[in-house]
Amino acid sequence: MDRRQFLRLSGIGAGALVVPVFGNPRAWADANGAQTAIPTAARKALADVALNTAKSKGASYADIRIGRYLNQFVVTREDKVENLVDTESYGVGVRVLANGTWGFAATSNVSKDAIAKAATEAVATAKANAKLQSEPVRLAPVKGAGEVTWKTPIQRSCFDVPIKEKVDLLMEVNAEAMAAGANFVNSVLFQVNEQKYFASTDGSYIDQDVHRLWPLFNVTVVDEGSGKFKSRQSLSSPVGMGWEYLAGKKQDKMVGPTVVYGNSYDMIEDAKNASRETKEMLTAKSVEPGKYDLVLDPSHLWLTIHESVGHPLELDRVLGYEANYAGTSFATLDKWRSKSFNYGSDKVNLVADKTQTGSLGAVGYDDEGVACKQWDLVRNGVLVGYQAIRDQVHILGEKESHGCCYADNWSSVQFQRMPNVSLEAGKEKLSVDDMIKDVEKGIYIVGDGSFSIDQQRYNFQFGGQLFYEIKDGKIAGMLRDVAYQSNTQEFWNSCVATCDQSDYRLGGSFFDGKGQPGQVSAVSHGSATTRFNGVNVINTERKLG
Amino acid sequence: MTILNRDEAKAILDKVVGFSKAEACEANLSGGRNGNIRYARNSVSTSGSVDDMQLVVQSNFGKRSGTATINEFDEASLEKVVRRAEALAKLAPENPEFMPILGPQGEYLKSKAHFASTAGIDAAYRAKAASDSIGPSRKKKLVAAGFLQDNDGFDAVRNSKGLFAYHRSSDVEFSVTVRTEDGTGSGWVSRDYSDASKLDTGRASQVAIDKAIGSSKARAIEPGKYTVILEPAASSNLIGNMFGSFDARQADEGRSFLSKKGGGTKLGEKLVDERISIWSDPSNPDVPAAPWQGDGQRREKTMWIENGVVKNLFYSRFWAQKKDTKPIPFPANGIMKGGTKTTEQLVAETEKGILVTRTWYIRMVDPQTLLLTGLTRDGTFFVENGKIAFPIKNMRFNESPIIMLNNIEDLGKPVRQDGNMIPPMRIRDFTFSSLSDAV
Repeated sequence: MDRRQFLRLSGIGAGALVVPVFGNPRAWADANGAQTAIPTAARKALADVALNTAKSKGASYADIRIGRYLNQFVVTREDKVENLVDTESYGVGVRVLANGTWGFAATSNVSKDAIAKAATEAVATAKANAKLQSEPVRLAPVKGAGEVTWKTPIQRSCFDVPIKEKVDLLMEVNAEAMAAGANFVNSVLFQVNEQKYFASTDGSYIDQDVHRLWPLFNVTVVDEGSGKFKSRQSLSSPVGMGWEYLAGKKQDKMVGPTVVYGNSYDMIEDAKNASRETKEMLTAKSVEPGKYDLVLDPSHLWLTIHESVGHPLELDRVLGYEANYAGTSFATLDKWRSKSFNYGSDKVNLVADKTQTGSLGAVGYDDEGVACKQWDLVRNGVLVGYQAIRDQVHILGEKESHGCCYADNWSSVQFQRMPNVSLEAGKEKLSVDDMIKDVEKGIYIVGDGSFSIDQQRYNFQFGGQLFYEIKDGKIAGMLRDVAYQSNTQEFWNSCVATCDQSDYRLGGSFFDGKGQPGQVSAVSHGSATTRFNGVNVINTERKLG
Repeated sequence: MTILNRDEAKAILDKVVGFSKAEACEANLSGGRNGNIRYARNSVSTSGSVDDMQLVVQSNFGKRSGTATINEFDEASLEKVVRRAEALAKLAPENPEFMPILGPQGEYLKSKAHFASTAGIDAAYRAKAASDSIGPSRKKKLVAAGFLQDNDGFDAVRNSKGLFAYHRSSDVEFSVTVRTEDGTGSGWVSRDYSDASKLDTGRASQVAIDKAIGSSKARAIEPGKYTVILEPAASSNLIGNMFGSFDARQADEGRSFLSKKGGGTKLGEKLVDERISIWSDPSNPDVPAAPWQGDGQRREKTMWIENGVVKNLFYSRFWAQKKDTKPIPFPANGIMKGGTKTTEQLVAETEKGILVTRTWYIRMVDPQTLLLTGLTRDGTFFVENGKIAFPIKNMRFNESPIIMLNNIEDLGKPVRQDGNMIPPMRIRDFTFSSLSDAV
């Protein structure tokens, strides 16, 4: 399911339609037991069929993923439950390396015969394409993991929570939003469980149980007299957590002009705040275009990190493998080799990670059997690394994959995907008030909004959910019609300060899109509140007719 | 087997509905074979094919509804998914907006959307298609990255009121980006057809090759308002964003660019230039589509904008009932009226302007005015005295398709783009807001 399909299904998108699930969503089950998991021994036997068949047909390497992908959606608007949906998808993907070329085949028929056929077809495809191959694949070695398991560290699985509890929560969220002045509210619980069994000819048999949750809403206030309407989305994050994310603990709330959230989320409180703030937007001051110092909350900054750091440092983009779709990258290898390319100011430290607890990217092993880790991308402002997988790291002169290979379904071929990419918190003890107190003319931005960036990741434009004017070191009221435009290197070099670890929080997306055919991936981005000086702000108000 | 004929699909759906113990049951079955080849750096990177079939079951008890999906088709799995949908329906609160399932809808429009030429695509065809595209690029010392995807599949729906519909379709999509080795020039082309015999990847790739060479060493010009010639790929997503927001309920609720100050909608009012007409038609031979939507509702030929006036909006069955009007389903294609001129002729008649090959990363900035932002990409050229004068650097735009379609100067001959028919257009006062260094 891509972002567009989800928006239509969930009713969250502008111009949303309530449509029955048709054709696309694959995956999942109800709490009452979709998990008809095959015993590990049986899966190992099925995996060995693929690996042995591929080898016997001439593959130098093979891997197999047997996957069951489950989703549950609870979809509501105002006082109505629009849809309860369980999706489930089960199947097998076999990837092989033959004559120095990759081949892939997938089948929903999880039987020995069908798996052997898929392995045979994958080898045949690899051999056919080898004739067009000018750069044979070079695979970094991986030590077999043996038989291992990994599970997202959750306290309570969403799939164990009764539907009634979920419905009651969303009905209360909606009722509170309406009572606080919203004309409309849509809310959704989106729950994911990926049950993945990976095996490879390196001697790995890896069983992983991955859980994710995203509670979200959108409130709208309409002023019929003026014909104006405004909306605000929830300030929640999609997380690699269970139901415990919805505990809304006091210690996870940070109160400023609005309330923002850390390791847990108070959906009801946020809905009330959203209605009040959306009403305020209708009469807020329209921004004067010009240069402003921006103080960016982590609920906003994650998306700027994602687009302007995460994507340009994907090695396959840098090399040209994504040229026909997402594009290439300004962060070319010569800049990295120089060891002096100032990606940002010396305050900027950006790390890639696949292990952070609660993050969307965290797993034990990636989808080619590599144990996950953390590594540097930008250190003291200088470009020092990329994101690379087994068939890419030799280009960087490295011998070990970074462990960031992923496929979004058994039917998709795995490839390099963005790990969590995060801005390290500052070492100096600094609070959000410290970020704001000496800003003469600035804007404090909370929540992610409209986002657009060019195909080499130079020029970008970002909106947000909430904008507050900063005047002479103080919050001076709400602004509207704000978007900022900048250039990646210029923007990160304008970074002057970032709050300390106590303000560090994760944001993220379920729908990072890449590849052809397109695949999605869930990824988190952490930061503390950070200040950027002298950024160009435009006014987005227009008039029709 | 994942491509079922009408009888095979019906047999499975009959079985599914037969398992139902709910008051009503609706089941959608879709499946197919999806093959692809991807190349980059003049070399194949990935290639493969996937066979899959999915079943979606919706069960209803009164106004309670639950939905479950599965992709396993043994008897036990079929019964399991029905029971799961029923379990969810029983747990669901009553939805006052629930609409009962439809009875048989009579004969649907005829739509020939399946072609043996496309269904017959195999690994050898894909490899040759890639080779035809890579070869000429390599010869010119250029670097090609492309993608071809072919689908052969079916969709079917059956419900417990006896409604049954089946649709078979095929399509092939191709796109390639060709770049100069030094990275200073980039060109692109895309083609999509239901009938693969219309596709010539070598010939299409020549367009991208010419643009890669022609766009090399682009000059910067000041952002601002310019006359633009938008190729169909440049306007397709802008118009798609407008078309996708033609929902009656959103407009009636006051939260759409189609809402009116003081209440009501712009239905029946002039929205854009009178030369603009847009309709949908599932039986159009260039962009054939399913003549029914997921619940079995008929898709008819529907006029959305006629001579600049809003003629119809999408009405869900619930909203149509509430507003005492006819439901109109979300369309499966969009067809825009144009003229007879080619893009080249539009360029030849332009005194000063910018030719845009395509636009990229388009996002909604303000739904109130449908303000969108995005960038030009892969071939942007300055036009002077009817000729391409020089390549220019890419630019970001902030523009609303409503404003854009009020600033029409001329429309060319529509071509298929992303499953729709879109003409090249010449438009005045298109707003570029900043420069991009991206090639």
